[in-house]
Amino acid sequence: MTNHAPTAQLAQVEDLRQEALTNQVFGFWIYLMSDLILFSAIFATFVVQSHSYAGGPTGKELFHLPYVLVETLLLLFSSATCGLAMVAAQNERRALVLQWLALTFLLGLGFVSMEVKEFHSMIAGGNGPDRSGFLSAFFTLVGTHGAHVFLGLLWMAVTMAQVGLKGLSTSVQSKLMRLSMFWHFLDIVWVGVFTTVYLRGVLQ
Amino acid sequence: MLGKLTLSAIPFHDPIVMGAVSGSVLLGAAIVALITCYGKWGYLWNEWLTSLDHKRIGVMYLVLALVMLLRGLSDAVMMRAQQALAVGGSHGFLPPEHFDQIFTAHGTIMIIFMAMPFIAGLMNIIVPQQIGARDVAFPFLNSLSLWLTVAGALLVMVSLGVGEFSKAGWSGYSPLTEKLFSPGTGVDYWDWAIQIAGIASLMSAINFFVTILRMRAPGMNLMRMPLFTWAVFFTTVLMICSFPVLTVSLAMLSLDRYLGMHFFSNTFGGNIMMYVNLFWMWGHPEVYIVILPAFGIFSEIVATFSAKRLFGYKSLVYATGAITLFSFGVWLHHFFTMGAGPDVNAVFGITTMIIAVPTGVKIFNWLFTMYRGRVRLTVPMYWTLGFIVSFTLGGATGVLMGVPPADFVVHNSLFLVAHFHTMLITGALFGLVAGYSYWFPKITGFRLNEKWGKRAFFFWLAGFYLAFGPLYLLGLMGMPRRMWHYSNPAWHPWLVVAACGTALIVIGTFLLIVQLVVSYRERKDNLDLTGDPYDGRTLEWVTSSPPPVYNFAEIPVVHDIDALADMKERGEVHKRPARYHDIEIPENSGAGFLIGVLTFCSGFALVWYIWWLAAASAAGVVLIVIARSFDDHTHRIIPASEIERIEENRYRQLEAARSGRSEISPA
Repeated sequence: MTNHAPTAQLAQVEDLRQEALTNQVFGFWIYLMSDLILFSAIFATFVVQSHSYAGGPTGKELFHLPYVLVETLLLLFSSATCGLAMVAAQNERRALVLQWLALTFLLGLGFVSMEVKEFHSMIAGGNGPDRSGFLSAFFTLVGTHGAHVFLGLLWMAVTMAQVGLKGLSTSVQSKLMRLSMFWHFLDIVWVGVFTTVYLRGVLQ
Repeated sequence: MLGKLTLSAIPFHDPIVMGAVSGSVLLGAAIVALITCYGKWGYLWNEWLTSLDHKRIGVMYLVLALVMLLRGLSDAVMMRAQQALAVGGSHGFLPPEHFDQIFTAHGTIMIIFMAMPFIAGLMNIIVPQQIGARDVAFPFLNSLSLWLTVAGALLVMVSLGVGEFSKAGWSGYSPLTEKLFSPGTGVDYWDWAIQIAGIASLMSAINFFVTILRMRAPGMNLMRMPLFTWAVFFTTVLMICSFPVLTVSLAMLSLDRYLGMHFFSNTFGGNIMMYVNLFWMWGHPEVYIVILPAFGIFSEIVATFSAKRLFGYKSLVYATGAITLFSFGVWLHHFFTMGAGPDVNAVFGITTMIIAVPTGVKIFNWLFTMYRGRVRLTVPMYWTLGFIVSFTLGGATGVLMGVPPADFVVHNSLFLVAHFHTMLITGALFGLVAGYSYWFPKITGFRLNEKWGKRAFFFWLAGFYLAFGPLYLLGLMGMPRRMWHYSNPAWHPWLVVAACGTALIVIGTFLLIVQLVVSYRERKDNLDLTGDPYDGRTLEWVTSSPPPVYNFAEIPVVHDIDALADMKERGEVHKRPARYHDIEIPENSGAGFLIGVLTFCSGFALVWYIWWLAAASAAGVVLIVIARSFDDHTHRIIPASEIERIEENRYRQLEAARSGRSEISPA
């Protein structure tokens, strides 16, 4: 009863591994959707508190649209370079993947640095998150997005190390796939932040 | 170095707390001593703590749930005893600040650390088997969820002896939970414990959502899934959609408390009612998160012990789906008194009444399944029948409170307390205990003693009515909830009756422990050799009891609802496969356990402002995750020869069972 063909066995195990990777991508999609609900709850809170200035500054007084536009462009371009890294991964070109990821990383780092600088100048000016309900919501919404980007950068560094050490194995490919989903997702959320927080804040 | 933590954090002056603490510490020390004495540390570590087997993880969830049940129950006893004594001139035996911690801990523990782990335990053990899978989609994530839940529970337990627990109720309404009004560590313990457990629940939900959608056996399309699996599926949907909102509301509360922000403060533009809204946007779905799986359990039990397919399978599935959908549209009924106006209240009043309809549909499904069935009155059926009657009564009081003007009268009174205990005790808890009795042989390989089980049930049922019947009356008489002391002597006799009811519940719980001990001692006489002790109808009864680590040597093919009943009709049960194959299973990993330990340290450090420890633990978690992502050897192969040995053994066991005790297995 045990005279099985080893090659057929291996093929079966390989199928299961492929299945497991597909599950991981699907599970990650579901996580992203739950993260979207997390962001939507913070967005809703921000909208509720968007006029709770408590005598403090308004968005119009605090935000510099050109500065935020540069931030936005950095993140949007990083999404594009992330996409190019994925194209290179599909074509199994390891060096190119690393180059595009490095560029994505730098653009993302630029975005986070600009955001930290913006936060720092606001807090230094006495307009920190404890100044008013509006500013609490502002710092939390923008900061939650920023924290996601920061974790994305950490993840990207780890993935680059794995691409370098292990090459583009199926499991590394799957990680790249999920990382790029995460990165594009953060881009979409930022579009919401830019519109709801900055544009709406300045136009009021 | 140690933040706010000093020796004065330990309440040496309070004899009740110190008694409980020393009791727990002694019990813990005794367990550690026993494990060391029998040299079982290696076994514990290799077979349990690091196991990624969904059945082992499920059992550990159940152990956690039962321990926390005892803790939550002792809180209940103290509350009922205090209220039976503290009338007029007497102040009872508890100081008010201790009483407030007890009712907060009771609610938090029973919902987050008893009901949720109980559900997680049963779904871990049963769902993969019901859908014909060898494991869950993400075994490591599963272990991580378990250990994060344990970390949260441990934070609650530690608050007993180090510092204090929250005094603001399990729902933690602001602004009472703000730093200004609750400067102690209590709210922080509560906040981080739930936050950690909430993240664990979300990860579990994603895991089971993917497992159920992607890992079903061939032929099992959605409309052939067992009802318990359906219920768990909808529960995961509820969790994925609602838990992020809890995370947000608790995080905002932390930001208010730690960084002086103004989300829920009553100054500087904070918005108190926003907390209440966010909390119940999670909190109402949470009610269904703990009740839907119980509905699923009752469905399985009724079908099995009526020896019939469920009446109206499809309507039951659609009713569960409808409840899932509607449960996001009723949250405001928890605070009709907010003052949103008659229009808003009317909308939420109507949705509240609508959601009762699919629940009613289910009651009829179960009744008609029993109608003309060959009903066997076993212990799980007792719990089910107790549930059907009591839950219908509790549901009626819920619809009553769904009428906003009526709700204004009983808002925050003991009537409400009686209502939701009717729903959660007879709905969730009876269901979970029924599931525990029903699947016990599958988990351990021997059956529970029926006699002690029935005794425990009757004490629980009588105790429940005696404890909560008076609370309805007291609510109508105007008694608010959470009173440490009261001066109206008319309330006193009813509270004494309620305390007696609680005593009966305590006896019922004790009898459940007796049942466990007696069954264990007599296990040789009650062995479940066939793996199918009740003539079951779903796939978990195909496997042996307890099942091998891989569940199924060959994945079954499903042709109908009630896959096993259908196989029995075709005579295809336990067919020997043409040949055995290698099976890949996840390799043990201690990473989940370590992350749990570090998360606990991090939570504890945050409560006490020990920043270096919080940062170091968090960094440790990140490093473990990164190390794990580099590890490619996460699976091991069980060779076909080993599978053959296990399976042939099982066939011999089946053979012996058939010839020796044929009455057990009519198949």
